[in-house]
Amino acid sequence: MTSVPSFHSATSARRIVAYAVPVAVVLLVIPLVLPPYQTILLSYGLIMAIAALGFNLLLGYTGLLSFGHSAYFGVGAYAAAFLVKYLGIKSMEVFLLGGVVASAIVSALFGLICVRYTRIFFSILALALSQVLWSLALKLFWVTGGTDGLRVPTPTFLGGLVQTSGDKLSFLSNTYYYLVLVMFLLCAGVMWVIVNSPFGKALQAIRDNEIRAEFVGVQVRKYRLIAFLVSGIFTGLAGTLWVPLNGLTTPDILYWPFSGEIVFLTVLGGFRTFSGPIIGAVVFNYLKSYAVGFTVYWQLLLGVVLVVLVLSMPSGIVGTANALWSRLRRSAA
Amino acid sequence: MSLLATTQLKKYFGETHAVDGVDFTVTQGEVLALIGSNGAGKTTLVNVISGLLRPDDGTILFQGADVTHQSIHDRIKAGIARSFQLVNLFDQLTCLDNVALSIFSREGKTQRLMTLADGDRAVRDEAMELLQQFGLEAKAGMVASGLSQGERKLLDVAVAYALRPKLLFLDEPTSGVSTREKAPIMDIITAIVRSGKITAVIIEHDMDVVFKYSDRIVVMHQGTILADGTPNEIRTNDQVVMTLLGTHA
Amino acid sequence: MRIVNLAHGNLYALGAYVAGWILGLFAGPGHEPKMWLFFLLLSGAVAVAVAGAILEPTLLRPLYRRAEEYQLLVTFGLLLILEDLMHLVWGPYPLTSSALPDLLGSSTILGATYPNYNILVIVIGFVAAVGLWAFVYRTKFGVILRATSQNMRVASALGVNVKRVYVQAFTLGCFMAGLGGAVIMPISGAVLGMGVEALILAFVVVVVGGLGSLEGALVGSIIVGAVRTLGITYFAEIELAVLYLIAVVVLLARPAGLFGRA
Repeated sequence: MTSVPSFHSATSARRIVAYAVPVAVVLLVIPLVLPPYQTILLSYGLIMAIAALGFNLLLGYTGLLSFGHSAYFGVGAYAAAFLVKYLGIKSMEVFLLGGVVASAIVSALFGLICVRYTRIFFSILALALSQVLWSLALKLFWVTGGTDGLRVPTPTFLGGLVQTSGDKLSFLSNTYYYLVLVMFLLCAGVMWVIVNSPFGKALQAIRDNEIRAEFVGVQVRKYRLIAFLVSGIFTGLAGTLWVPLNGLTTPDILYWPFSGEIVFLTVLGGFRTFSGPIIGAVVFNYLKSYAVGFTVYWQLLLGVVLVVLVLSMPSGIVGTANALWSRLRRSAA
Repeated sequence: MSLLATTQLKKYFGETHAVDGVDFTVTQGEVLALIGSNGAGKTTLVNVISGLLRPDDGTILFQGADVTHQSIHDRIKAGIARSFQLVNLFDQLTCLDNVALSIFSREGKTQRLMTLADGDRAVRDEAMELLQQFGLEAKAGMVASGLSQGERKLLDVAVAYALRPKLLFLDEPTSGVSTREKAPIMDIITAIVRSGKITAVIIEHDMDVVFKYSDRIVVMHQGTILADGTPNEIRTNDQVVMTLLGTHA
Repeated sequence: MRIVNLAHGNLYALGAYVAGWILGLFAGPGHEPKMWLFFLLLSGAVAVAVAGAILEPTLLRPLYRRAEEYQLLVTFGLLLILEDLMHLVWGPYPLTSSALPDLLGSSTILGATYPNYNILVIVIGFVAAVGLWAFVYRTKFGVILRATSQNMRVASALGVNVKRVYVQAFTLGCFMAGLGGAVIMPISGAVLGMGVEALILAFVVVVVGGLGSLEGALVGSIIVGAVRTLGITYFAEIELAVLYLIAVVVLLARPAGLFGRA
């Protein structure tokens, strides 16, 4: 499912490095070049990219479309918020650990239920479970702060070794950006290995042909569950990274339209490619920050674009760009 | 000794007795042909033995162990594999990956998340070798959906064969390909099965194919076994000839 | 017809909004409520049916040959569009029409008072269910419909106009959704978010009862109804969560649902 046939493994790894290194370098220098607002916007994009990578392990590689990924993002965010509120912890490392553990538990639990089903039944069950968390976050306001949400202050790094006091804007656009960047590169790398591992091949086999997968000895339900778990953890981690940046977590990130945004940006970038969700997340984030400014009917816009996208450009930005590029090269040759 | 033995195996679909009290045995090392007209119950029998369907009654012994209620996964680990009448492949994976997945699965490596599939030299070499045996090495990097029907049938068998089963069921390995292609496909498959010393059960419609390639023939009719014998015995069995001609000619 | 439609709940909501809006025009302050107003509820059903007749050929038809994910995605897009369109047209406040239930009064059964309108809704639901069943299993169109959903190609080869059958079936489904929304509107009002809630509730009913089981759907809906009623009285805060929790427990104990076959 990578855009490169795995048969040419040596060249494909080299090609990936050839793409990834310049991109990483550009991402590294961005805070030095762009104004803080732009850097922070990019941080949001990279965080959504981590969530989308997790989501697409299910959609693109396992053939399961979850309309409930807001749940894991929200669990990651609320885990950090609870650590602040109830234990007074402000260490980013503990946040990340807590986010991973919490989202692992919740996604294991939800996954156990969801992977018994496929197709639309899986989709709506995932949606229903995320709505449980949303209604709890909304109704149990003495625990979760209800619609006011919970505040999360600037965290500390490495037990205070990294200077985190001072101007919040410059912290978020420098130190925190680099943390997000490191986590993003790490997550993208890990996910790339996963989808190209024997396990990743087994998932793709399940996606293509569930019965045959069972008949080559792949325990379909168990593998779906593991994929669900990994997917939930990635999305949860994104939630944990998101919350100090946003400074506040509200039930909105548990509500189904947020799941819809994850679905949308993945399809926008192209769910049949590895880099699609990443590109989709970053592009979507820019679109959103500008579009929300001029229209309140943001969902309407999303819906129209989604319909048009699926009907006319189902392979998304990356898929379409790949197709154009190869046509261009063929006509040049 | 018998590798596989079913006793009084039954599978009903409502009023239809698809498999109706079948005692079916397969002997170690043979290539057995399972024949019969459409609806005779051949595919249902294979579906029950391979675990796709649960039997309504009866038992299945494989190497002396009762596998009647085992999961598909356990049966594959025990050494029962199958191909499919309608091609069942991983359409968006390359041919190499289709076969490699079986090898990873056989070696218990599909649970590895953090190693690259392509980095496993031994598996890749074995998969390439297998594709070569099946005459598909030139298509190794092509996705399975891009193959011709004959190539897809071969790859389907290769995917099952790569599991290195003790008993391999091939459900109409030449259905849907032109008459001209049938013989070459069967030549390849039987040569590989015999050289690999794998016991095989081939479901087939084409009598010429059956008589040419099998050691023993079992004839099914209306859910039961009508006859069982060497190709020569079956050829001269009046009852079989009547039944098959009656429905086939 | 093997169409998966995530926007079905929102079509139901659309029915409620249209009926609420039309009734508002004729039964608002200054108008004397009349019995004929009940027929205006049909406007919701008809409007949604028209929407269905437009949507099927434009949005869904191009996708039948593609993987199911694409149908899910397009109907999800439709869900987003409808949700915001209703917001755009009718604003953020609920629409309702208490004139209709008031018109019918209420009656006392076993010592408890029920609005007659609620009883009417039960009757309409029952008649609609029986009518739909009879339509699908007892008419020539029903036979063609079922044959087409079994095998599109064979039906087409036999001279069935498959495209027309799909439009008609989808329109019928939309009509039912719109009718459901329209008749519930005087009780619960037309509110934003009711579509997604209905989608999930209907789904929980089906999954708890067991996929493809009619008696399962019936028992499932009774359980869901009872839990919701009790929930609103005893644990209003987390009523929805409790409902889903029950669904989860049922699914863990019996993955195929109460009446489903594994």
